[in-house]
Amino acid sequence: MVAYYRPGRLSEALAMLADAPMTVAAGCTDLFPATERRALSGTVLDLTAIAGLRGIAATADGLRIGACTTWTDLLAADLPPAFDMLKQAAAEVGSVQIQNAGTVGGNLCNASPAADGVPCLLALDAEVELASAAGHRRMPLAGFLTGPRRTALTGGELLSAVHVPRAAMQGDSRFLKLGARRYLVISIAMVAARLSVDSGRIAEAAVAVGACSAVARRLPALEAVLRGAPAADAPRLVRPDLVAPALAPISDVRADAAYRHEAAAVLVRRALAGLIPAGVPA
Amino acid sequence: MNRPVDLLRLTVNGRDHALPVAPGRRLSEVLREDLGLRGTKVGCDAGDCGACTVLLDGAPVCACLTPVAQAAGRSLTTIEGLSGNKLSPLQQAFHAHGAAQCGICTPGMLMAATALLRASPHPTRAEAEAALGGVLCRCTGYGSIIDAVVGAPAPIAAGSGVGQPVARLDGIPKVAGTEVFGADVAPDDALSVRAIRSPHAAAGFAFGDIDGWIARQGGGLQVFTAADIPGENRFGVIPDCADQPALAETAVRFRGEAVALLAGAADRVEAAALGDFPVTWSPVPALVDARLAPGAPPLHAHRPGNLLIAGRVRTGDAEAALAASAHVAEAEVETGFVEHAYIEPEAGAAWLEGETLVIRACTQAPVLDRDSTARVLGLPPDRVRIIPTAAGGGFGAKLDLSVQPLVGLVALKTGRPARMVFTRSESMAASTKRHPGRMRGRIGIDAAGRVTGMTFDGDFDTGAYASWGPTVAVRVPVHASGPYRTPAYRAEARALHTNNPVAGAFRGFGVPQAAVLQETLYDDLALSAGIDRLEFRLRNALRDGDRSPCGQVLHGVGIAECLEALRPHWRRALAEAGAAPHRGVGVASCWYGCGNTGLPNPATVRVGITADGRLRLHQGATDIGQGANTVVTQLCAEALGLPAERFELIGPDTALTPDCGKTSASRQTYITGKAAMLAGAALRARILALANTGPDARLSLDGGRLRATDARGGREIALRDLPADANGYVLGAEERYDPPTGALDADGQGTPYAVYGYGAQMAEVAVDPELGTVRVLKMTAAHDLGRVVNPLLAEGQVRGGIAQGLGMALMEEYVPGVTENLHDYLIPTTGDMPEIEAIFVEKPDPEGPMGAKGLGEHVLIPTAPAILNAIRHACGARLTRLPALPHRVRAAIRDAEGAP
Repeated sequence: MVAYYRPGRLSEALAMLADAPMTVAAGCTDLFPATERRALSGTVLDLTAIAGLRGIAATADGLRIGACTTWTDLLAADLPPAFDMLKQAAAEVGSVQIQNAGTVGGNLCNASPAADGVPCLLALDAEVELASAAGHRRMPLAGFLTGPRRTALTGGELLSAVHVPRAAMQGDSRFLKLGARRYLVISIAMVAARLSVDSGRIAEAAVAVGACSAVARRLPALEAVLRGAPAADAPRLVRPDLVAPALAPISDVRADAAYRHEAAAVLVRRALAGLIPAGVPA
Repeated sequence: MNRPVDLLRLTVNGRDHALPVAPGRRLSEVLREDLGLRGTKVGCDAGDCGACTVLLDGAPVCACLTPVAQAAGRSLTTIEGLSGNKLSPLQQAFHAHGAAQCGICTPGMLMAATALLRASPHPTRAEAEAALGGVLCRCTGYGSIIDAVVGAPAPIAAGSGVGQPVARLDGIPKVAGTEVFGADVAPDDALSVRAIRSPHAAAGFAFGDIDGWIARQGGGLQVFTAADIPGENRFGVIPDCADQPALAETAVRFRGEAVALLAGAADRVEAAALGDFPVTWSPVPALVDARLAPGAPPLHAHRPGNLLIAGRVRTGDAEAALAASAHVAEAEVETGFVEHAYIEPEAGAAWLEGETLVIRACTQAPVLDRDSTARVLGLPPDRVRIIPTAAGGGFGAKLDLSVQPLVGLVALKTGRPARMVFTRSESMAASTKRHPGRMRGRIGIDAAGRVTGMTFDGDFDTGAYASWGPTVAVRVPVHASGPYRTPAYRAEARALHTNNPVAGAFRGFGVPQAAVLQETLYDDLALSAGIDRLEFRLRNALRDGDRSPCGQVLHGVGIAECLEALRPHWRRALAEAGAAPHRGVGVASCWYGCGNTGLPNPATVRVGITADGRLRLHQGATDIGQGANTVVTQLCAEALGLPAERFELIGPDTALTPDCGKTSASRQTYITGKAAMLAGAALRARILALANTGPDARLSLDGGRLRATDARGGREIALRDLPADANGYVLGAEERYDPPTGALDADGQGTPYAVYGYGAQMAEVAVDPELGTVRVLKMTAAHDLGRVVNPLLAEGQVRGGIAQGLGMALMEEYVPGVTENLHDYLIPTTGDMPEIEAIFVEKPDPEGPMGAKGLGEHVLIPTAPAILNAIRHACGARLTRLPALPHRVRAAIRDAEGAP
């Protein structure tokens, strides 16, 4: 049976999803490349007509990014510097054409190891909001992504929003992507870093690496070393043994594993160097 | 299943449509197939190429990734909506800048650029590059496109004579979106054709119950296999080596080889469960490493050791010369498969007109297509008519048959029109590739830095079938010396079969690979001799009157002039690189013989005037974006003495136009251009004789009136009073030109080509030593064209060839089964291309038309070695394997740092 549903309300969508398994679609920038067919096959639940799923809004405890918010929406939004890395990643998602259609929620549910949005959202301590006919639940993004192309979504559930807690909306941030060409490229490695600096010392550090493991990873050992250190020392504190253990890169057509380890550390160092506030002596 | 499909409402270019389409259908399909708006092109169906870019509420999206349901109720703009009665200023700028070469990416580029210009009317180059970063172009190198978008001044032609930057004569449809490419030919009620292809590189196979499978699909389908082929199931570009079946018979030799065809109404074919198709595969171990080919069981029984062919050129005693040399450099270099990655996947249609099978498809070789298809289908050649569509890029791979015998078979068997469009992965798996080379070489110099001798041994992986393997094996030894005096020389090249993709023709026929080895060795030699690398090349450059390693005395040799033209740039670049860390400069040269190697390859051009005063040129050189339609016409026009824009072009339709040979081997400007010049001159002579005027008479053709005017006054020729010839012309001429070449002997001695072109390029790069990434900052390219027929189109060739050379150097590597798409197989984007400065040298060739030489392939050859030499200059990294991906550069830097 081929059917295509495009409800206008979340409750309708959830009722349909409770009834039967279906392919949940948003920007379709990952669904269509996965098939050579002229049309999406199977039963499709298209979320893009649900107004409440798109947009960015402040909440009591932080910021809510609707699942169907596009990368272009994100780029146009007025957000604090902690989100600069997410905007920098948004500008690197595919092309302008992809950014106009592709969504934040789709990027997470597709669960590619090289998803551009994931390291940034990890470094923002993001939580995902999962909705079903039975209700809502929230879980940390790190727990939601369970493997390459695998998530914690269960039957009848869809990802409705991403929440960034107020505590993580502090500091400056930076995203670096490494690929073999400038545009439209799948990463060899990428890094998202967020630093809060207080009186020249690092108050809070969040660093994540993508495309170097089955799921993008935070670097807790490095973050612990950075916390409390002089900001100007941050790049120097990036040692391979603080980066490599969190990662498990593969060798593929883009690069070999040893190179990815090395490149990840270089990118982390550079991202941190770019976050040292002006005026802090190096 | 039987419930009526709801009507979907779309607003396209201001017009409302209500369509009974499935909501999950790709918008690109609905636009092209349901609304007939075929200006929107499809290159990949995956968002990787951007050719299908349309504006949805003003924002660019990929139509191939948009379910039509999401476009409903919104405002949609396609290329057809950009121009009303006249082209938009942006379309005009694209035309004037030569920003559309083949034209397949042009609609996507125009749509993305239109969105940018609405938001930002005066963008910077960087903004334009970012906005167009999602649209791939394989022809232009992007520079002319960015020029058009930022509103740079366009070159202005003073008339249309030879030497003028005339905008392409066939260019308006490309920017208007009305050009017809292979997938745009859709006869009414055409059967849709799909191929069943092998997932294995080597396997036997047997079919099961095909009728039962068709019944399970609900009927309405037909399946054709090799058993249905009425003729000889073998084709190949070189008749003596033809070995490739149109449909495999009992075994496949490479992944992606077709074994059966499915034909039916498009929706039936689309719905068919191909995964259940009743074919049983019996995989056998595949030969994928060409090094093992000589000892492996032969793929073709009559080619022991899997040796397709070996080529050799030998002069003097190279070993003795090397032994006596002051310095000898030695290296081994390895290159991989490179994919042509034209944005247009192979496509076309066939139908019967009476007894004649008509095939319209994208191609570079219409007469070869006709003869090969006729042989496969058991028809006499005059019962097959090939009408080429525009080719959305070719670069060599559209010389081989693709859809032609397949749609031809279905049309012949069913009596109905048949249409086939390859998917991107199908195109990449089934089409030919650049030959991977494993090359070893040694070059020696004397104490004065003069080359004494060279040896070269290259093994080229020619894949499963012959294709152009013989040409590569013959061409490489002729060219492996580079354009340098090499008194003692031994070069051998072998084409070896494997179960890898068929390696065929790709811009340069193996010479770009060989140049990587030779030109990097030249840097070794210059360094060991302590000579500036550019001056070292000049010291050894061939000069007029020198003999090539084939023993041919050369004339019109422009390599020294090219290197000299680079000299001021070289000095500037060296100074700049010396002042900044990790910057490097490299130089490399090329030479390339135009036309077939030591074989006849004529072109015949017909030109004529009708009784009502129409001037027609039968221009049989397929224009695949390089500009033959314009350049060949300019040469004819110049010889005739009437302006190029007065000509009506009759294209390479095999029923209408004499054979001009294949668009390959950089031969069309030279060979077809020469035939066109001779035809133009012959027609002029007839006119002048009729008018009884002197040789300097001025011709005019206006309102059906042909006049010849000289110092004694004007004479009008009464065209209507003249009898028409068999072709319908009252005044006509037809001229054939075949280059004066001679066959090579066993040592490769002879006259392989009548004309050579020369060039030298300089690369400036910045290397990130920690990451191994390379940014090419500038390419300066000096090419000897003999005579620049059209500087606008010539510059387009230079920029586009450099883009492909840069891709080959830094990112392109085709791995069967792994990179069969345009996101794992990377070609350069707008953001990867440097500034390119083209310098044209005109050292006339005595044989070329008005002195002109070929250019199309030359421009790619020096790029990769120049970049590799610049990387080495920047950081010491010596790359011996292409492409120079970041991890390979990083490893080479580490090796260089560890070296004593």
